Amino acid sequence: MTDIELVKGNESIAMGAIEAGCRFYFGYPITPQNDIPEYMSRHLPKCGGVFIQAESEIASINMLMGAGATGARAMTSSSSPGISLKQEGISYMCGSQIPGVIVNMSRSGPGLGGISPSQGDYFQATRGGGHGDYRTIVLAPSSVQENYDLTMHAFDLADKYRNPVIILGDALLGNIKEPLRRHKYIPKTFEKNWILTGAQGRSPRRLKSLYLSEGELTEHNWMLHRNYQEMTKEILYETQWMDDAKLVVVAFGSVARIIKTSVSMAREQGMAVGLFRPITLYPFPYKQLLDISETIHHFMAVELNTGQMVEDVKLSVGHRKNRVDFYGRPPGSIPSPDELFEEIQKVYCLP
Amino acid sequence: MYFDCIISGFGGQGVMLAGNILAYAGMCENKNVTYMPVYGVEMRGGTANCTVVISDKEIGSPIIQKPICSIVMNRPSLEKFGPRVKQNGILIVNASLIPKEDVNFPNVECIMVPARELAMEIGNEKLLNMIILGATVQKTKVVSMDSLIGSLPSALDPRYHHLIDINVEALQQGAAFIDQH
Amino acid sequence: MEAVFKRPESLTDIPTHFCPGCHHGIIHRLVAECIDEFGIREKIIGVASVGCSVFLYDYFLIDVLEAPHGRAPAVATGVKRANPNAFVFTYQGDGDLAAIGTSEIIHAANRGEKLTVIFVNNTVFGMTGGQMAPTTLPDQETTTTPYGRDVETAGFPIRMAEIMERLDGTKFVARTAVNTPKNIIKSKKILRRAFEVQLNNEGFAFVEFLSSCPTNWKMNAQKANQRIQDVMIPYFPLNIFKGALN
Repeated sequence: MTDIELVKGNESIAMGAIEAGCRFYFGYPITPQNDIPEYMSRHLPKCGGVFIQAESEIASINMLMGAGATGARAMTSSSSPGISLKQEGISYMCGSQIPGVIVNMSRSGPGLGGISPSQGDYFQATRGGGHGDYRTIVLAPSSVQENYDLTMHAFDLADKYRNPVIILGDALLGNIKEPLRRHKYIPKTFEKNWILTGAQGRSPRRLKSLYLSEGELTEHNWMLHRNYQEMTKEILYETQWMDDAKLVVVAFGSVARIIKTSVSMAREQGMAVGLFRPITLYPFPYKQLLDISETIHHFMAVELNTGQMVEDVKLSVGHRKNRVDFYGRPPGSIPSPDELFEEIQKVYCLP
Repeated sequence: MYFDCIISGFGGQGVMLAGNILAYAGMCENKNVTYMPVYGVEMRGGTANCTVVISDKEIGSPIIQKPICSIVMNRPSLEKFGPRVKQNGILIVNASLIPKEDVNFPNVECIMVPARELAMEIGNEKLLNMIILGATVQKTKVVSMDSLIGSLPSALDPRYHHLIDINVEALQQGAAFIDQH
Repeated sequence: MEAVFKRPESLTDIPTHFCPGCHHGIIHRLVAECIDEFGIREKIIGVASVGCSVFLYDYFLIDVLEAPHGRAPAVATGVKRANPNAFVFTYQGDGDLAAIGTSEIIHAANRGEKLTVIFVNNTVFGMTGGQMAPTTLPDQETTTTPYGRDVETAGFPIRMAEIMERLDGTKFVARTAVNTPKNIIKSKKILRRAFEVQLNNEGFAFVEFLSSCPTNWKMNAQKANQRIQDVMIPYFPLNIFKGALN
């Protein structure tokens, strides 16, 4: 298990899932994530698991709900338009508190868009995405190793909070190959006194989201809300070059990878630039950024969209003496490290 | 140590495989590596390119605007990626498809490799990607030839393992071409 | 005194919300009797759908999962695949199964999932107030076909059992009714067989019940039963389309 392998990003997610005990996969083909269902179809039968190529993304998410309701570890994966179709099911899973892992190797939209890398689904992922006042945990890996590690982590978080967890990547993170060190999943125990197994020697259980009696739905939603608040314990982020930074670049996922090079170019030029990379996009590291703003007052959000995460950055630090700049571009072409370096240069000297 | 390279050509010329093998070889030398493929819409005959980064340190961007080294296997690739090579960088050109007079980039060392002809000498023109990869590694010394050859069993699908020997021969043929010129 | 008739043990002792003359109560009872007779209450996971039957979990003493509208066969697929020893059934109305859920029912059936699907066809959307369903009969007035269903613009009633019969994945397909004591007795036999098909791991079983909706049909219970006999059965013939009673 400690051998190092050169692995494609999409496959590293599938490998992490199987290692974490995922034995049920439901999906529907869509580029650029097809390596995931293909890998699962090859490997799940070998470990006693079930792979179903469903008739639609809608059916896939509902199969995930069914398997999750029985306590099984299950996953579905898709890409942006398919994730839109899954939103109904994700909303029901949140309402009924059914765990599951949903991978979005997003493509560029709106509509059919294109298959190039994109971060256009940030709002959809972090704001619930479907109807109703709910949230899903969102993990944003930025390397093949992290794809693997965070997928394993996603299953634990899903079970811990009885909530769907979304892994948000894109074509870049799905298609790159990088060295991967697989490691053993360490099983954790979660209380599963809610799963449906047949009412043997106990009272029947119901997993549902319809609450019509007076006050019942309000109470249910407050309970869900408290659960979301608990999730702030799970915030993950990475910082680099922060000690003497005058400007903090905030970026996630594939863009964080590209801009890491741009920030190191800035450092070589003697510019005091740091990098803050949220790994959990929900819960977002609001407080951690706020703490940083005690000493650093200039922030720059960089995204492969026309401005989504920047709103969360502004919610964290967009007040007092702080300045929040933004660079983004619509999906369709990937910015190079040189281009992003130029954008950093443009804002670096602003007051 | 830091090295990056964009390999480009027609789909079917073995661009992706060459990039894969190079990345594997880097990994075998305990380096950090990334391999980033970019496909055209077509499965065969379209354009294809991939970027390989090999480094001692953590790798930031897997996408490179101005590579240290570029391998161009056809004319559209030359036009697209030739001008992007860094100052004092290296451009490896498939001379079987691109005449020397068309290759003129100041402050870039251009190596013309008659890949198809060299491959024919071994008896299989499909090995032109291995010829050019062998030449690139011999020229840049980014990895050792031993690592390159040693990575073939991992990088090649088991279906093609019976072709390992001839692939080794092609890599060595490419390297020998550099030594002789 | 000896009790000769009692509530099935799988049913809770609470009054249902169903309208007077609605057949859901009868079909619920038949399902509960089958559960009791096969002694499988403790190994059942039911999948409720959206419509009048959503409150399944209030009336049955079994584990129940509530599916989104039309998705019950996909949800049940996940349940059954992850829990092959459980007995899994869906209970769906005609809006749920034959409109929004056509994709899910056809593909679950086509995969031959080991499920028992109970399909209740009353030719209207009941819970939402009597709108046109895919099964609404030609010229039938509903709140969204106030001039009667015009098949030229609103299409034809869908015969789901016949569609199910044509799929290679199904093992047992029947249509039945509970509008007369005789039909109820026949329905019980059919439903028992649909349970057995799953219990014996034979495959996918589908039972369509013609059901009344006196409230939305705007008629009393007796007339509603008569409508099933005179209007529905001629369009939706009662039959065992595939498989046989043992």
